[in-house]
Amino acid sequence: MIPELGNFSVMLALCMALAQSILPITGSFTRNSRWMALARPAAAGQFVFVSFAFGCLIYAFVVNDFSVASVASNSNSTLPLYYRVAATWGGHEGSLLLWILMLAVWTFAVSLFSRQLPDETIARVLGVMGLISIGFLCFLLFTSNPFDRLLPAAADGQDLNPLLQDFGMIVHPPMLYMGYVGFSVAFSFAIAALLGGQLDSAWARWSRPWTLVAWMFLTLGIFMGSFWAYYELGWGGWWFWDAVENASFMPWLVGTALIHSLAVTEKRGSFKNWTVLLAIIAFSLSLLGTFLVRSGVLTSVHAFATDPRRGLYILIFLAIVIGGSLSLYAWRAPKVGLGGKFSLFSRESTLLVNNVLLLTAAATVFLGTLYPLFLDALNLGKISVGPPYFETVFVPLMLPVLLLIAVGPFVRWKSAPFADVAKRLRWIALATLIFAVIAWMSFAPSAMVVMGVAFCAWILLATASHVLERLRHAPAGTSLWRRIRSQPRSYWGMIVAHAGVGIFVLGVTMVKGTETSNDVNMRVGDTTSVGEYVFRFNDLQQVSGPNYTAMRGTFEVTHNGSKVATMTPEKRVFTVQRMPMTDAAIDRGFARDLYISLGEPAENGSWVVRVQHKPFVSWIWGGCIIIAFGGFLAASDRRYRLKARKRAQDVASAVAINAPA
Amino acid sequence: MRKFAVILIASLATYCAFPAFADEATPVATDPVLEEHVKAITEELRCLVCQNQTIADAHADLAIDLRNQVREKVKQGMSDQAIKDYMVQRYGDFVLYRPPVKSTTWLLWFGPFLLLLGGLVILMLRLRSRTTPDEMISESDLQRAAALLRASPESTKE
Amino acid sequence: MKRVLVFLLPLVGFALLIGFLAVGLKRDPREIPSPFIGKPAPAFTLTQLQDQNKTFSPKDMLGKVWLLNVWASWCVSCREEHPVLLDFAKQNVVPIMGLNYKDGRKEGVDTLSQMGDPYQLSAFDADGRVGIDYGVYGVPETFVIDKQGVIRDKIIGVITPEIVTQKLLPLIKELNRA
Repeated sequence: MIPELGNFSVMLALCMALAQSILPITGSFTRNSRWMALARPAAAGQFVFVSFAFGCLIYAFVVNDFSVASVASNSNSTLPLYYRVAATWGGHEGSLLLWILMLAVWTFAVSLFSRQLPDETIARVLGVMGLISIGFLCFLLFTSNPFDRLLPAAADGQDLNPLLQDFGMIVHPPMLYMGYVGFSVAFSFAIAALLGGQLDSAWARWSRPWTLVAWMFLTLGIFMGSFWAYYELGWGGWWFWDAVENASFMPWLVGTALIHSLAVTEKRGSFKNWTVLLAIIAFSLSLLGTFLVRSGVLTSVHAFATDPRRGLYILIFLAIVIGGSLSLYAWRAPKVGLGGKFSLFSRESTLLVNNVLLLTAAATVFLGTLYPLFLDALNLGKISVGPPYFETVFVPLMLPVLLLIAVGPFVRWKSAPFADVAKRLRWIALATLIFAVIAWMSFAPSAMVVMGVAFCAWILLATASHVLERLRHAPAGTSLWRRIRSQPRSYWGMIVAHAGVGIFVLGVTMVKGTETSNDVNMRVGDTTSVGEYVFRFNDLQQVSGPNYTAMRGTFEVTHNGSKVATMTPEKRVFTVQRMPMTDAAIDRGFARDLYISLGEPAENGSWVVRVQHKPFVSWIWGGCIIIAFGGFLAASDRRYRLKARKRAQDVASAVAINAPA
Repeated sequence: MRKFAVILIASLATYCAFPAFADEATPVATDPVLEEHVKAITEELRCLVCQNQTIADAHADLAIDLRNQVREKVKQGMSDQAIKDYMVQRYGDFVLYRPPVKSTTWLLWFGPFLLLLGGLVILMLRLRSRTTPDEMISESDLQRAAALLRASPESTKE
Repeated sequence: MKRVLVFLLPLVGFALLIGFLAVGLKRDPREIPSPFIGKPAPAFTLTQLQDQNKTFSPKDMLGKVWLLNVWASWCVSCREEHPVLLDFAKQNVVPIMGLNYKDGRKEGVDTLSQMGDPYQLSAFDADGRVGIDYGVYGVPETFVIDKQGVIRDKIIGVITPEIVTQKLLPLIKELNRA
């Protein structure tokens, strides 16, 4: 009964989406205010029905209703409750409903927090989002319905893949989808602006906070995926340049370019065409990612079970949405003006260079991911493009970006003579050089580490210097807190995010350059060492979990004789899927992680154990979180919240002035 | 004195509780240097069975066989390139995670740098053409502007 | 005019991409074609599965068109194709030689006596070296080799009756004429 209600609710959501898009968009051209006014309530309606449907699906999973096909494929009665909920998005159909739910959430949020937008604009924005909803809802209803019944019902489910039975599964997909789907808001604003033929800086001001929040979620989503892979997969890797990872990285790179470009368009009215194109590209890459994961054109550990028919549907949807928006762009964009002028050396031009670099980086990832497909389609053979390619090509491309991150804030708007900027930074450059030399002396053979230290120092020192200078410009006697508050949050957002990048860079280079590992055969009582840490294999026991049995090893770790940690890696075998899984033990620290994973047991009772010492790996995670926090700060800048209030005040006072005496 | 005895006996007992042969664990690899070399090579080779792992990491039988083959060949003194050629001869370019540089992959290897160069050049050209100095406004235009401003009603300040 | 053309570039690029993706939908990214097609079959000498005093080598087959079918007793899909091979062998169109890959001699012999033997003989490749030399990565695989000892085609996966009629028979006929 409940699944059928859920199914019906999805159909009602489709009706809402139709009402949300066709009438308001038409009404925005025919100036029919009744039709335009339908947008907001329809968005609310869609949100209600999609949420209800999702609730029905969760219910089916929680009560173990194995007559529903997706429950039978992805869940099991021995699965703990929180994983039964997460299993809702463990398969293609359920995750698609999650996508749609996220879209409904964003649409609803836009309908709520946009009182200051003119009616035509909001009608078009919500209308475009509604069109996207229609596409996905139809896709769900006609090819991938999570509420499909399995008759006769299965006795029990096939269980959620053991690798997915983890906290990461609860957090990573929702966060990632919030990011992917969030770019649809910037996209819709861009399309609305093109439809209306009006591209002014107001459009950028409206788009920017939405884009920042979406970007923040995507940052967190990608971080969560990496963090999860690190502890889940058992050998300490955290990025594999896998097709699906790349599919999330590309929109992130373009999204980063977009938030910088929006800053320029908002402040100076320049780059309008370019920013609109970026908004279209960012969301297009989100959609492309959806296609790549679900169509089977690329091999990936993340890919869902594939069906060429579904792939064809998404491809047609892609062609319509992206083709349509790029056609609209080709038609309307040439008519839009150029905006404020600026000189060759200015923040505008520096940000344009940032855009070129980030777009080239995104294009590189795109090329590497899809090249095997391109060659195969042209019958030119099958190749593989893996980490060696990306590390060789992508990393050098990012170096100029890292260089510019530190420089950018010092470059003034409109015109900033190169000599001035150079003068400002010369001491920092010197300090960076000193750091580099010290790093060279400590980590000599690894050029990677030296570069990492140098760039981190460069970014952090320059950013700190900029902050100091800004904080200094206040009347003497002002407290530190007041000085901090006198700078807008968008400033702090920039500072924090840039600093986060520096920290991230240090983490990555230190880990890759200085991590050490040891593969040993150990029996109980044996010791081994990595770095200055000694690991003693104290105990081996069999334990049981709710749906698995495991061999758990207990290791005592000492450093220079004093005890540091007790670590318990496990080798689990899940009762349903009978897949062995390594549950690594990690002792996390500010300056290093210790990592133990159990391999296979040997005949003589010893186990293959891999012990790793990973310096500064937490700085990777910390850096990502700091970057995301920077995005949050920038999005919560007062001017996005003040403007609405201020405009309301202005209107009120204007009405009061013009009221008949 | 008694305290010392207790500690001594306790530590002896603890020592005896462990198997007599507990000691430093033996590395899985008999020759770590060789193993590093093998790892460096096999990390660039793709496992054809579980196609999303390197031959270094995969557990498939074929991967184990190929790892052993690589180890043998390194011991025999074969060069890295010769070993990779051996693999490509049997499995095609697909087995290399680092795509070979040949005419079909020039776009892949050189495209990004060309794109970067091209992008920067186009950017420079467009910026140059836009940085014409602000045109001098003629006096009559200035007066016209002033007159228009005086004539229009008060607009709400931003 | 030139300005408008520039704005069309993204759309053109996208159209190209859609074209590639559409073609890509019909391809299987997991299937790896053999680099040996058109090249001589790698040489080897192995003992025969059922008689370890005898050996087999591809050069024994020069002058004939023949099939080399890679199989193993532990391979589930091989059992699926076994009846098809038995039928095909009865048609006496082409000699089928087996390559028993990474198997135990006893298990291999037992499987053939249980399920029937479509092969004129099976070469015993215990450690899989010959398989690797032929670029075998999954079992079953079948090679079509011509009179000069050149590999002409490789069928990856189970041989179905359709494959026999649509791929193997025409190719073998053509090679026999040469």
